[in-house]
Amino acid sequence: MTKYLIRRLIIAVPTLLGISLILFVILSLAPGDPFSELALNPNVPVEVRENLRRQLGMDDPVHIRYIKWLTSLLQGNLGYSFVSRVDVTQLIWQRLPTTIFVMGTAYIVALLIALPAGIISAVRQYSWLDNVATTLAFIGFSLPTFFTGLIFILVFSIYLRWLPMVFTTNVQATGPAWFLEVLRHAAMPIMVLALFEGAVLTRYIRASMLDVIRMDYIHVARAKGLSERAVIVRHALRNALIPVVTIMALQIPGIFTGAIVTEQIFRVPGIGSLLISSIQLKDTPVVMAIVFAYAVLVVVFNLIADLAYGVLDPRIRYD
Amino acid sequence: MSNWTVAELVEELKAGRITRRQFIHALLGAGISMPLIVSILQACAPVPAAPAQPQAPKEEFQPTRRGGGGLLKLLWWQAPVILNAHLSTGTKDFDGSRIFTEPLAAYDPDGEVFPILAAEVPSVDKGTLDREGRWVIWRLKQGVVWHDGQPFTADDVVFTWEYVMDPATAATTRGNYTNIQVVEKVDDYTVKIVFQEPTPIWHAPFVGGNGHILPKHLTAPYKGQNSRNSPYNLKPVGTGPYKLVEFRPGDIIIAEINDKYHVPNRPFFDRLELKGGGDAPSAARAVLQTGEYDFAWNMQVEWDVLASLEKYGLGRVINYPGASTEHIQLNYTDPWTEVDGERSSIKTKHPFFSDPTVRKAFSYAINRKLIVDELYGAGGEVGIYMVFNPKKYVPEGGRWEFNLEKAARMLDEAGWRRGPDGVRQKDGKRMKVLFQTSVNAVRQKTQAIIKKDLESIGVEVELKAVVADVFFSSDPGNPDTYSHFYADMQMYTTGPGSPDPQAFLEKWTSWQVAQKANNWAGRNIERYQNPEYDRLWNQARTELDPVKRAELIKRMNQLVIDDVVVIPIVNRNGQAAAKNNLRGMDLTTWDSNLWKLAYWYRTS
Repeated sequence: MTKYLIRRLIIAVPTLLGISLILFVILSLAPGDPFSELALNPNVPVEVRENLRRQLGMDDPVHIRYIKWLTSLLQGNLGYSFVSRVDVTQLIWQRLPTTIFVMGTAYIVALLIALPAGIISAVRQYSWLDNVATTLAFIGFSLPTFFTGLIFILVFSIYLRWLPMVFTTNVQATGPAWFLEVLRHAAMPIMVLALFEGAVLTRYIRASMLDVIRMDYIHVARAKGLSERAVIVRHALRNALIPVVTIMALQIPGIFTGAIVTEQIFRVPGIGSLLISSIQLKDTPVVMAIVFAYAVLVVVFNLIADLAYGVLDPRIRYD
Repeated sequence: MSNWTVAELVEELKAGRITRRQFIHALLGAGISMPLIVSILQACAPVPAAPAQPQAPKEEFQPTRRGGGGLLKLLWWQAPVILNAHLSTGTKDFDGSRIFTEPLAAYDPDGEVFPILAAEVPSVDKGTLDREGRWVIWRLKQGVVWHDGQPFTADDVVFTWEYVMDPATAATTRGNYTNIQVVEKVDDYTVKIVFQEPTPIWHAPFVGGNGHILPKHLTAPYKGQNSRNSPYNLKPVGTGPYKLVEFRPGDIIIAEINDKYHVPNRPFFDRLELKGGGDAPSAARAVLQTGEYDFAWNMQVEWDVLASLEKYGLGRVINYPGASTEHIQLNYTDPWTEVDGERSSIKTKHPFFSDPTVRKAFSYAINRKLIVDELYGAGGEVGIYMVFNPKKYVPEGGRWEFNLEKAARMLDEAGWRRGPDGVRQKDGKRMKVLFQTSVNAVRQKTQAIIKKDLESIGVEVELKAVVADVFFSSDPGNPDTYSHFYADMQMYTTGPGSPDPQAFLEKWTSWQVAQKANNWAGRNIERYQNPEYDRLWNQARTELDPVKRAELIKRMNQLVIDDVVVIPIVNRNGQAAAKNNLRGMDLTTWDSNLWKLAYWYRTS
């Protein structure tokens, strides 16, 4: 096990290096710089822009810039934003709580929907409940979030006027009123994400359950005279969840990096919207930091998912 | 107020604690008739000299006290990322900074200088402006304090100049300060700016968006290389109407009223929130349709969508005269011949645009009115000149014409006759143009309209649309940028960013020609060369008589139209969305939307 872990960690190093190199090269090939708005302003002389590029080290050749970036990364320094001129780490820490709150809640809600829905539709396969759940699940993961997001805004903000269309973290109340207000702002982005994630999870749980409840040991459990509830929850579900847990582990990086489209639609100030605005502003250090952090998280959670498999299913060995 | 007696109300009115309107409303509410109220007013209250015309909508705010306006919610669809104007790279950042720090003066909608931190506008009569344009003296307002209570003095102004001029600071506003020789402190409340050469544009430094004054006592350690480490880039301490509570870059600015603001009885609002991010159409909806926000900036939204949102009756779209023009540029050089490794080289001549008659014919073939009516609506007016604001620089009686027959006749006269395939040709050359612009729905529709008309007079048109990031980039290695201009015609928007068009008009001087030698950083994209134009520009640069100078600028403005260097299509308006009860914004294209933030108010 330890050997396996060490081997995987060693393999991760060239993987991440490769990812960072490709990212850096692609970003440096992209046209434009953060000062394009200045370029169109006749009152900003060319020298000013050239001086800016020089001061921010943007005129060095790509390989020099990459080596500089890599050395400072190894010292734990992600660099500073070209447009905010503050450390990237600071920008990311500012966004992280909102993203974790919105994405985390969305995943919990998704799980709360998917678990019972998936189990029921597997146990009562082809019943009307299964049909309804299956139909909804297909709708859920067929509709992209930018579409459901706009529909939600149209219905809940514009026609019904129940919920605000602009998310804000600046809530002026205290106590229960504060909680309610935060919920009102977060409701739509959370529902949009939960609908999508929940639909996907429902399908996985259903499929996994269907595999398990046909196993011989389930028949044995029933033959022993156990109640149906005990059979499903204690014997079937535990085994059915093994693949589901690994799928969820692979989705956890998304909780930290946010949902780009959904955050943009509702103006949620999370990591996803930071990424998209940094791309638009050509703020390379911020884009690098977020995408690279995502790559690290994916590698780490892949490893965790593989290890979790072994823990959940003792038949799997790692040597 | 209904429990008050008439006598008490009269006392309140006399003391100025309530307005006349509130007084009248209170009495009307108590069932007293209007004629009687008028006589009470005349008899008891020594009314200020204002003309008694209650029907006339008065924009001027006469607040009785500071604050009391509650929360003002602003929505910018691009979010500010830094609050130090001198390090800002976009309008959004200049706007965000403007809430907290202020310049000596601002530009009003007419392009005139409006004092903010200055006690008065410098003038020759007062002896504060050199007749020869070599220096200007600014007298500063006294008793102004920074948000931390320290006094604002001439030292801060001098420091701001030093800060901006240090190359290591990498200030984006530096261009406005380069012609300064020295900024001297005369006394605590007087500064003298000495210019390197006589200049009519004495108001370039310290005025408007590029003129924010920084507090020396806080920013001094963060000059030059260290500027990026300054905590005040994100936590500005200024003299402005609101103080910072919290700033999250790329998301939100939260501010509260500055109780010590230097204009009496202002500002009106107690708190302010500027939320950033998202897109323009949904920002318009948040103001006009759901009313969640009071004001949204830069409404780049199709005009019919805006018009339909206005019908909800919550808010209005404010159109104010802009300064930029969507226009077509005609290439003077040949984009299809390569000389010394560059196309559109200044050593070549365009096969047909080098003929003035052909250029004129093209200007008659563009249906500007149709384009404006169909695609821009209230967002602009038919363009005739490139400098159309302020009016003093616009030649009188400017005219444009759309006349396809005339255009066809002129092309015939120029010797370009229709060939067997319907396309005009001369000496074996076909009249084929490549017409490029950036990817943008409105621009592609404009291209289609123009293509149809040009084809009807026998010009073959190939359309090209380049992704905006590429088209507007300054990458010398990319042949698709607007400054390479490897096409016959191209279209985009530009205009002077300040009320004085001198810097803008330099773009048609012969030394600004964009070419390989200057990495295509020259701003004369059309490669226009006219000694007459160069002479006018040089003359205007040092002409100090404002009337003569305006005449020179008008001639330049006319010359680029007469020579058809450009074909203006739309003089674009600035657009913002505001709730119906929000007043006092006085928006101008010369300065930030928030230039008069201290004067904004809300009617009940």
